[in-house]
Amino acid sequence: VVQNATILTVTHGTIKGSILVRDGKIVEFGDKVLVPSGATVIDAAGQYVTPGIVDPHTHIGADGGVNEGSISDSSMVDIKDVLDPEDIAIYRALAGGETTIHILHGSANAVGGQCVTIKTRWGKDAQGLLFQGAPPGIKFALGENPKRSGNPTGRTATGGAPTARYPATRMGVEDTIREAFTDAKAYQAEWADYRAKVARGENPIPPRKDLRLEPLVEVLQGTRIVNCHGYRADELLMMLHVAKDFNFKIDLFVHGLEGYKIANEIAAQGAGVSTFSDWWIYKVEAADAIPYNAAILAKKGIVTSLNSDDAELMRHMNIEAGKIMKYGGLSENDALAMVTLNAAKQLRVDKWVGSIDPGKDADLAIFDKYPLSASAKVVKVMIDGTVYFDRDKALADNAREQQERQKLIEKEKQNQQRQQPARRPTV
Amino acid sequence: MKLLGLLMGCALVAGAASNDAFLIRDADVYPVTGPVMQGVSVLVQDGKIADIGAKLTPPKGIRIVEAKGLRVYPGMIDSATELGLQEIESVRETEDTGELGEFMPQLRALAAVNPASEHFPVVRVNGITSVMTFPSSGAAGAGGGGGGRFGGGERQFISGQAALIHTDGWTWDDMAIKPCAALHLIFPSMPRGGRGGVSGNPEVTQAPAAAAAGGTTQARQTYEAQIAQINQFFDDARVYQKAKAANLPGFRTNLKFEAMIPVLEGKVPVAITASRASAIHDAVQFAGKQNIKIVILQPRDLKQAAAELKEKNIPVILGRVLALPEYEDDAYDSASTLPLQAYKAGVKFALGTFGNEFVRNLPYEAAAATAYGLPYDEALKAITINAAEIWGVADQVGSVEKGKWADLMITNGDPLEIQTQISHLYMKGKEVELTNRQIELYKKYSSRP
Repeated sequence: VVQNATILTVTHGTIKGSILVRDGKIVEFGDKVLVPSGATVIDAAGQYVTPGIVDPHTHIGADGGVNEGSISDSSMVDIKDVLDPEDIAIYRALAGGETTIHILHGSANAVGGQCVTIKTRWGKDAQGLLFQGAPPGIKFALGENPKRSGNPTGRTATGGAPTARYPATRMGVEDTIREAFTDAKAYQAEWADYRAKVARGENPIPPRKDLRLEPLVEVLQGTRIVNCHGYRADELLMMLHVAKDFNFKIDLFVHGLEGYKIANEIAAQGAGVSTFSDWWIYKVEAADAIPYNAAILAKKGIVTSLNSDDAELMRHMNIEAGKIMKYGGLSENDALAMVTLNAAKQLRVDKWVGSIDPGKDADLAIFDKYPLSASAKVVKVMIDGTVYFDRDKALADNAREQQERQKLIEKEKQNQQRQQPARRPTV
Repeated sequence: MKLLGLLMGCALVAGAASNDAFLIRDADVYPVTGPVMQGVSVLVQDGKIADIGAKLTPPKGIRIVEAKGLRVYPGMIDSATELGLQEIESVRETEDTGELGEFMPQLRALAAVNPASEHFPVVRVNGITSVMTFPSSGAAGAGGGGGGRFGGGERQFISGQAALIHTDGWTWDDMAIKPCAALHLIFPSMPRGGRGGVSGNPEVTQAPAAAAAGGTTQARQTYEAQIAQINQFFDDARVYQKAKAANLPGFRTNLKFEAMIPVLEGKVPVAITASRASAIHDAVQFAGKQNIKIVILQPRDLKQAAAELKEKNIPVILGRVLALPEYEDDAYDSASTLPLQAYKAGVKFALGTFGNEFVRNLPYEAAAATAYGLPYDEALKAITINAAEIWGVADQVGSVEKGKWADLMITNGDPLEIQTQISHLYMKGKEVELTNRQIELYKKYSSRP
């Protein structure tokens, strides 16, 4: 039981009271929660509880490699295969209140790799991090990044020597994506034909399995989350057309910094957008980014979230949500939803996480102060009812580790001094 | 429509340019340098704060700004930016930081400031009225792209003269508060072995190749050679200074050394980028040897370095409070607790955002410092009066005091809180319109049918 807290539920407003957690799930919350005998009590007097923060756009824990940049269509590679559970960035994200994150492939390819949703269960192995039940994702990328590799005068996304690789323009980016889905549809039809034959009792030869097209077929079937990296309104609109023509849904545009210019079109197609609060102008396609983007999109009824795309920013998404109240005047609830429930909806995990509701996973972040402010910090984080981060404990542990480290260094120094004379030649 | 906009623009400018006197009436004044004064008025004349008091008798017919229930604070100061020198980080053509050449003290950031940069209106709507703008931030890659920030001058030691400027003005002449507020020196440092260094660390770039190729011995030799090189440059400058003073026959003006004279005379401090304990220590030693005034930029290892900084009375400009720990095994909040560490150790400090993208978040950086233990008043000082003192302009800006420039903001609450609104902003007594291209785009597209 988390007691005496101010609880920002997202779905039921902000209340004072307690949250009862059992077997990793939220059982009930409110001011009339009874503490069962034997329950662990966390006193959160004067503190604030929010749902664990959900971040739909991160690149951490991917063992250093997020871009399979050698080809324009890399849908066969999967971030899940390179998950590094020991990446310290996972711990730091956890310490900032993030409990569910989507780890994306990079943006060097028009058709990028497969993506995975995890919980930040620091200390677990790669398998233990996976968010069970969360659908897998795939990343598409538009604009400067995917075309850069093809530009004979540009750099590759990783800063390497330029290599000629189609596409080099936004036109080519569109074509690359359309070619891929055209192939995927043909491939899907081949399999449908095969299955129909099997169903008729025939004995056909199965089509060759194509690992590049399999995930795209899942997109067409609606079982895979579509992330699409894009900045400018024109390229976002292009992708909306592609999605319409091939009849799939764009779960979320990531960045989407000019989404506000085509909010009507995005809303009409039911696509989501995950954007920054106020990051801008680091490149040309980010020059028209405005901090009001998220507010404009949300007011048009678009499922809008904030994302970090950054190992530092992801440690304080609560502050980013606060900025959306400032820029565009969204309510506390709507702003907080942008880093919790809306993000969970985009990742299709909202039946488990994203708000404080009975039956949902007990993923909670506890802040020492009003969380939509830069003066607040996370003091405890719970995932599935287990406390994975406790600030006091974390600091004490770190101090002890630093001491141990110092001791080991001293010891090693002494060892070296002792050994040195023996190493000298005796001539 | 366009014409009307132009006319309105002119009208506003004409009104503002006349620099007329006005009275902010019945406000709660937070001077930063003293206790809050409730329900007082601020008289502004000739761009300066002429008087503050409960019972001011203002000249007849003076313009009154009613501020009952509102607060008056000094405008905020960001002590490390590249504003005006860099528009879009990834586009070389818009970037004027990081010139070629190892020792370039003659380069003036001020003369390259583009007053029409879109960054200025963006940061000032959040109450940032002055900034230090550096010829190179010394922070390659921190927080994104970072390509070409050092231009071709990757091995730069002295990058040039940093200027303290207002964030509004017709020309950079108008904007200048202190044309040469510091000389920027990027101190070399020994690479630390092991995993977990942050790519944003400014010093990692100095000798990595040597470290990889020849191990620590060679890296140390490189490091020492670099420090010797810096000392040699200062020594040469001193020889030049003497030759000039003695008016020796055949004396010829050298612009590099000419620019060093105010530094050698102690009139201009050297802002030294040095983050590790060893680099800070060596920088302090260097300053002692050369008998120069210094400010340390972006120190990280304050635990080890603070005592010496305090003893030598050397101020520091702390980098972003919301930043990653430098090493994997550091406490997760190690960057966020630096302001508290500096405060506890008695080291004078101000905050800088070291880049352009985050300048508008300066007040929230200060707020984050309070989240990790820094007393509130100290956080506010770190973005106002401390900065003014460190850059030698405390007689002009940094607080609400009689005689200073009227760099003021009127707010409905605590400026470090995100939700606080600024209703009026003044620079040198001139009201600044609280708008920018982003707000214009917001209006335009939110009214799209």
